[in-house]
Amino acid sequence: MVKKTLFDKIWDAHLVQSIDGGPDVLYIDMHYIHEVTSPQAFNSLRERGIGVFRPERTLATADHNIPTKDQHLPIKDQTSRKQVDTLAENCRAFGIEFFGMQHPNNGIVHIIGPELGYTRPGMTIVCGDSHTSTHGAFGAIAFGIGTSEVEMVLASQCILQYRPRRMRITVNGKTGKAVTAKDIILYIISRLSSGGATGYFVEYAGEAIENLSMEGRMTICNMSIEMGARGGLIAPDDVTFRYLEDIEKSGGRKITTAEREFWKTLHTDTGARFDREVKFDAADIRPMITYGTNPGMAMPVDGTIPEPGNDGNRDSYMKSLSYMGFKPGMKLEGHKIDYVFLGSCTNGRIEDFRAFASVIKGRKKSPEVTALIVPGSKRVEKQIYDEGLDSIFTEAGFEIRQPGCSSCLAMNEDKIPAGKYAVSTSNRNFEGRQGPGSRTILASPLTAAACAITGKITNPEEFL
Amino acid sequence: MPGVKFTVLESRCVPLPVENIDTDQIIPARYLTTTSRKGLGKHLFHDWRYDKNGEPVKEFVLNNPVYSGSILVAGKNFGCGSSREHAVWALYDYGFRAVISSFFADIFKNNALNNGLLPVMIPEENLRNLFMLIQQHPDMKVIIDLGHQLLEIPKTGKAIRFDINPWKKECLLNGMDDIDYLLTMKEKIEEFEKKHIIP
Ligand code: SF4
Repeated sequence: MVKKTLFDKIWDAHLVQSIDGGPDVLYIDMHYIHEVTSPQAFNSLRERGIGVFRPERTLATADHNIPTKDQHLPIKDQTSRKQVDTLAENCRAFGIEFFGMQHPNNGIVHIIGPELGYTRPGMTIVCGDSHTSTHGAFGAIAFGIGTSEVEMVLASQCILQYRPRRMRITVNGKTGKAVTAKDIILYIISRLSSGGATGYFVEYAGEAIENLSMEGRMTICNMSIEMGARGGLIAPDDVTFRYLEDIEKSGGRKITTAEREFWKTLHTDTGARFDREVKFDAADIRPMITYGTNPGMAMPVDGTIPEPGNDGNRDSYMKSLSYMGFKPGMKLEGHKIDYVFLGSCTNGRIEDFRAFASVIKGRKKSPEVTALIVPGSKRVEKQIYDEGLDSIFTEAGFEIRQPGCSSCLAMNEDKIPAGKYAVSTSNRNFEGRQGPGSRTILASPLTAAACAITGKITNPEEFL
Repeated sequence: MPGVKFTVLESRCVPLPVENIDTDQIIPARYLTTTSRKGLGKHLFHDWRYDKNGEPVKEFVLNNPVYSGSILVAGKNFGCGSSREHAVWALYDYGFRAVISSFFADIFKNNALNNGLLPVMIPEENLRNLFMLIQQHPDMKVIIDLGHQLLEIPKTGKAIRFDINPWKKECLLNGMDDIDYLLTMKEKIEEFEKKHIIP
């Protein structure tokens, strides 16, 4: 028998047709949509006079531009409100399930899909959002698409795609105690660079990956796009199945026998060939932070900013450091910071709040720091209160906001002012990502918590 | 967007020799609240183009009267980051019809091709030479010939071949659209669904 990668098994099971000399017609099991990248697609459907082919395989949420305070009030910003209203209206018109602001199932699209049990192993999943790669944590082919492609999927439940190349990234061994999934993925991106996996679909493997919870695996797959990869996936195992069983038990989607049988086939065959194999040793990974304006510019929290290379990108590198107000050879540990953001589809899950709480418990937030603490979904928010984490946050001087993308892309009011430093658990440190002129330092929830306490860039190892 | 054609483009170039230009720079998130594809050109590269007070930043290339044209020439890994098609719409609305770089991010490339904005990928060394040439001769024109997959530089008499996936090339040359094609496949898709395992 031909030895196949997990990626190819899933791809082949969704192949409606291969076009000679052209792309494949790939069937899509689940299509997530949100307010920002869908309105133009619905407009085009209307212009063409067609409907949504499979509304039952489509799920909508409002997340990107909603406020994280006073969600019971109408959205203040007129254009944002119109965008969210347009989505609600489109969902009504085309028969799509929509979890709007304040709905108990509302939240960031990549948080609610998995937690509500829509994301399943072996699926193909798309969304007009680059971090759709998150869902790969369940052993699914999940990738971000543009609005024209959103329209394509709405119209036909299919997408035209060329099969990407396959890469396997293996992280062997065990990580240190302050090293989280976020540190693993920042480390990988720093080694491969922000464009280093372009054209590839990545499978993550190895002991350090297997040891992660589903939340941790989602964090890893989430950031695949930050090294240019089309997506990333992890073979489903008992951890995955238990997660889905828990959803079933709490009244969520049932697991059928056929599904369970199918899941067992979802692994890369021994001897299957990848176009590229990369191996890392978990013991080399430290708590990581970024120092530049792309996620590839990352180093250990107590590291020194490297000198520019000689490969012609010196100018871009120096431009990036100057934006951040840093210089080569600088250490950032102890550097003053102004903001901390806990949240986003990278680190806005309950486990991230537990991790943050474990550091701040019994301590006080630095008065110099403004903190934005934003659950990834209504369910996460509820769980924070159910578990009593809220009192740990409040006693330490933190205020918990309402769910949304918030400061991750600052489309709403949660903007970091120009020139200020924000230690952020999100996924992008681009110029102005968190508000015009904002300076983002990406980190894990543990590191972010340590920084929030001291008001400085701090190694979380000291707090554990 | 159905029916955008691209065949041959002759134009001057606008140089932007910065690497890893992400879609947040091309169009900052706060301009994504629109429900239309049009009108984003005025926000293209907003935070590089205008200062805090909304005044044009003189040094930025779009504000430099020396350079103009419908071809943007940019550094490696152009369009990385988010999947926002708004980045392509903004470039297109501003008047760009092609972007030349040594490397494009995947989603950006697909989005561009789906909107008739041609991503032209050339080797890094050619790109560096092109930047130098444009600086020396800001008014020189280049020709992008999609049918022959050639970037011609009359100034030097050189032509650089570029790759493009054959399907998208046909689509652009003929003003065809992926959705038109998929809509003809309905029966085949329904047949597929009948034997598909995932509920
Ligand atoms: S949290 Fe950030 S990265 Fe995730 S979907 Fe929202 S804006 Fe995108």
